[in-house]
Amino acid sequence: MLSGNGRGKGVRRLFLILSKVAHLRALKKVSAPFSFFPLLFLVLFSGVYHSADAECLTRGTGDLGIVIERASGSVQVVDTTARSSLFRIEGLGDLSHASAVFSRDARYAYVFGRDGGLSKIDLLCGSLVRRVMQAGNSIGGAISQDGSLVAVSNYTPGGVKIFAADSLEQVADLPAADEEGRLSKVVGLVDAPGQRFVYTLYDAGEIRSVDMRDPAKPEVQRYPDIGRLPYDALITPDGRYYIAGLFGEDGLAMLDLWQPQEGVQRILDHYGKGEEKLPVYKMPHLEGWAMAGRLAFLPAVGHHEVLAVDSDDWKEVGRIAVYGQPVFVVAQPGGHQVWVNFAHPLNDTVQVIDTLSLQLIQTLKPGKGVLHMEFSPRGETVWISVRDADVVQIYDTTSFRLLAELPAEKPSGIFFTARAHRTGL
Amino acid sequence: MIRLFAMLFALLAACPAAAMAGPPDAERQAQLLYLLKHDCGSCHGMTRKGGLGPALLPENLRDRPQELLVNTILDGRPGTPMPPWRGELSAADAQWLVEALNRGEGL
Repeated sequence: MLSGNGRGKGVRRLFLILSKVAHLRALKKVSAPFSFFPLLFLVLFSGVYHSADAECLTRGTGDLGIVIERASGSVQVVDTTARSSLFRIEGLGDLSHASAVFSRDARYAYVFGRDGGLSKIDLLCGSLVRRVMQAGNSIGGAISQDGSLVAVSNYTPGGVKIFAADSLEQVADLPAADEEGRLSKVVGLVDAPGQRFVYTLYDAGEIRSVDMRDPAKPEVQRYPDIGRLPYDALITPDGRYYIAGLFGEDGLAMLDLWQPQEGVQRILDHYGKGEEKLPVYKMPHLEGWAMAGRLAFLPAVGHHEVLAVDSDDWKEVGRIAVYGQPVFVVAQPGGHQVWVNFAHPLNDTVQVIDTLSLQLIQTLKPGKGVLHMEFSPRGETVWISVRDADVVQIYDTTSFRLLAELPAEKPSGIFFTARAHRTGL
Repeated sequence: MIRLFAMLFALLAACPAAAMAGPPDAERQAQLLYLLKHDCGSCHGMTRKGGLGPALLPENLRDRPQELLVNTILDGRPGTPMPPWRGELSAADAQWLVEALNRGEGL
């Protein structure tokens, strides 16, 4: 990442170091006189980019993560052991709906911005390594099974683009066109075993899967007519089932990736029939199947309920009445608890479900604008972004005590490096 | 007496409506812009360039009838994920939001 000799790169690096030094000073980690050494060094030897290595950390990354600051186009690199912020990286564009995946060495994060920007950041150096504007409007992405490819799903122009994970060079462009050539917005892009990506066409109501074993010859399989307005999708942690939520009708569309020839089946078809739905002020996210043993937990669209479903036969086994319309329904690693946050205007609350009893066991009020929750790798803490309070709160998942708060500007997504080794995250 | 009662009743009934009917005050405008950025923004983009929902930049709205836009905010658009905001937003709020969108306010 430190190769390259352009003047622009040098200026950018100088700028990065300046901002990093300023940040470290703000964190009181670097005394004022010392902090000017890298700057002085850089001015004297402006062609020698390796000077920046002095700024990089020498440590593991298994307990690191990032926090998206949605309004300022920045990302914080955080340490989940020390519960502290290490770096703030700016210049990532419009992050109003941003998500991230990690390289499999867990050193780099790929951040997918709303404005079509794909940014690769270095967690150890706190730097933006590369950034490409690959579309006009994008929604999310995934990293391939072997870690060599990064795919991005786009709204404008509707489709999927695939990039080499190291260089961000484009490898494939897969427009989401129907028979008449109309492009669909693409949602629910995930990685799947067999070096595949699976994604869903929002406007066309279709699931597609692309086999990237030969990057020069992407093989696309189509599964049309899955239902109206699929708004998001997920893959089960074992990589077997791909399930799309439908906004335009009841039920979910499921593809068994172990036997895709069976086609798409409708599950939970009865759910919602004849029931008055509430206005949905925020689309639920299906990222990460909340699984606890055989049970899967998912948000009910337009209802103040979480559904519990038996993953053996995909039949509903219970509904848990909750505070508002669920947005994220996420299982603690191990699956004993499921944590839920809610759509506007009830987004000040988080509730915890015990997956044995299917009862609510805790209600927390972190503050207005709870946007995301992320567990530390083995689940002893959960980090919660509270947008309107400009903080990330860290809770103990046993005592439910607030352990720490980190300042962050309008925080949204929180992503820890443990995701690097999990299918679909 | 009956007239007085009727007047009082009319006054009472009109009170909330009157409060809503005027354009939103500065504090309410700030709340509406925050809602627009962060909550409408989850579908339309914080910079209003669109997302799951359409872009809401002045050039996207110029040719649309104002009334249609106000009604879309208040009543939603059936068959799409656009929800009705009536209850949370008054007609005057929605009217002001449409004007703000047309001006590109807060961008």
